[in-house]
Amino acid sequence: MTDFLLASLVRATPLLIVGLAVALAFRAGIWNIGAEGQFYAGAVVATWLGTRLGASSPLVFVLLVPASAALAGALWAGVPALLRARFGVLEVITTIMLNFIAEYLVSFLVHGPLQEAGKTYPQSDPVADAARLGPLVEGARLTWALPFAVLLAVAVWIMLTRTRPGFALRAAGANPEAARVSGRIRVLRVTTVAFLASGAIAGLAGAAEVSGVTFALYERLSPGYGYTAIAVALLARLHPLGVIASALAFGALEAGAAALQRSWGIPSVTVYAVEALVILLIVAAERRVRRADD
Amino acid sequence: MTDGAVIASFLEATVRIATPLAMAALGETVTQRSGVINVGVEGAMLSGALASAMAGAGTHSAFAGFMAGALAGAAVAAVFAMFVLVTRGDQIVVGTAITLGATGATGAIYRAAFGQAGAALTLPTVAPAGIPILSAIPVIGHALFRQPVPTYLLYAIAPALWWFLMRTQPGLAVRAAGESPHAAQAAGIRVNRLRWLAIVFGGAMAGFAGATLVLAQAGTFAERMTAGRGFIAIAIVVLGRWNPLGVALAALVFGAASALQFALQALGYAVPYQFFLMAPYVVSLLALGGVGGRARAPEALGKAW
Repeated sequence: MTDFLLASLVRATPLLIVGLAVALAFRAGIWNIGAEGQFYAGAVVATWLGTRLGASSPLVFVLLVPASAALAGALWAGVPALLRARFGVLEVITTIMLNFIAEYLVSFLVHGPLQEAGKTYPQSDPVADAARLGPLVEGARLTWALPFAVLLAVAVWIMLTRTRPGFALRAAGANPEAARVSGRIRVLRVTTVAFLASGAIAGLAGAAEVSGVTFALYERLSPGYGYTAIAVALLARLHPLGVIASALAFGALEAGAAALQRSWGIPSVTVYAVEALVILLIVAAERRVRRADD
Repeated sequence: MTDGAVIASFLEATVRIATPLAMAALGETVTQRSGVINVGVEGAMLSGALASAMAGAGTHSAFAGFMAGALAGAAVAAVFAMFVLVTRGDQIVVGTAITLGATGATGAIYRAAFGQAGAALTLPTVAPAGIPILSAIPVIGHALFRQPVPTYLLYAIAPALWWFLMRTQPGLAVRAAGESPHAAQAAGIRVNRLRWLAIVFGGAMAGFAGATLVLAQAGTFAERMTAGRGFIAIAIVVLGRWNPLGVALAALVFGAASALQFALQALGYAVPYQFFLMAPYVVSLLALGGVGGRARAPEALGKAW
């Protein structure tokens, strides 16, 4: 039971961080389906620094890795953000395209420049000890990333509800036309910044996964966190604190699915079908809420 | 290989790869012209692929396989339509859920039906069929006239859809539903019924495209085998500017981007294969950036009304 709980929390950590990234973007009216790619961008940078930097002080990594990974995630989101702001290209399509590009890039890196020293397996060398996040529980891969993620959720919540940029973001997402004619909100700028911030947060999740759980980069490092996070964010009705609860729920679901696959042979991809069902049920439920409001 | 042979096989691969892309993109064109963006087209394609494999393995008939593929795609699109048109959910959210769900469901069904390892399937495949005389044309003969039947269907479907959308009364009604649903409704057009039909048609085309992947190309089914082709199809719709003829040409551009792999390998260039796999997605981004600014989407695209 404790094992299952720990496994659920380990799974919930990336879902929480990426779920926040998705919720933030969706709140701003940005359909960022590309958290998966932004996650990989962060994971690649964390691996690169963790295997090549050669520093021995954990402090260097604690300062450098999250900042670089966030920057990488923001840059990866920057391509669709630029295409959207400059040419009005639908970000739904471009972010998905960049997910595929990121996956192939990771595949190339672990077969090429970042491949382990033995050149046998398609994975990177393990990151240096100094680059690893300390465990919260002895022997488990539950790290300080989880409390950090919870703090991040609170920070995003405060930003959204208690600050002027947060208000501008919500206004731009809820009704861009009204926000524009109000004359006080620069919609394009606000949504673009939200897009980049969303990418940065997803990048952080990639770094947390490499530095705390896998310690190495390989293909399919993410079992679709970027997609599951959409369900996570929607189940929370895009509320940052709600994302904490829904990430825990989905963490348990995915840990359960992994256990079912091991002991009963039920394929873990089935979880995607369950997630889709959750999303569709939420869509149907919101319809009923709207009707009740009328 | 001689240079001529390299070019001929490059063109042949271009058309082959473009065929399922064009099929799905043409369906999505009609859907989007009615004012609905269906991101679930990837899921419909994947479902069509699995259905065609199962029906093909069961009946040993390629025709049954293609029909099952189209039906499965239409059924998946009908679920999308229900949540978008009846429940009035957001099109992007529902479409994403449909693709996610299809990924999970096809994976689970495939493993349940064919076992963990995925036993080797014996499927009735359709081989390229050469058209006499035309297929003997140098360089382009094999590319255009020695392909499996689905390619030839496209030669009819693309102009027919153009004629339908641009020159017929029902086609005008579809476009009106996508440009200005309120005005269309006021003019007596039943917008939601049209959108239902447009979505289901798009799903059937995507399912047929999935069947083409299985029965005319891969010869087997693999989990996630569509690998984003449904999303590329959506990029093709934009690049083709929502015009069926433009869409068919745009699909060829993507086919060529993927086919470069074979041409460059034949010419002895050693580029990591991942960069070839990436090519269609990179081309999508470039194309959307280049065309996106000028192409005008249907006015009401993506909006519930």
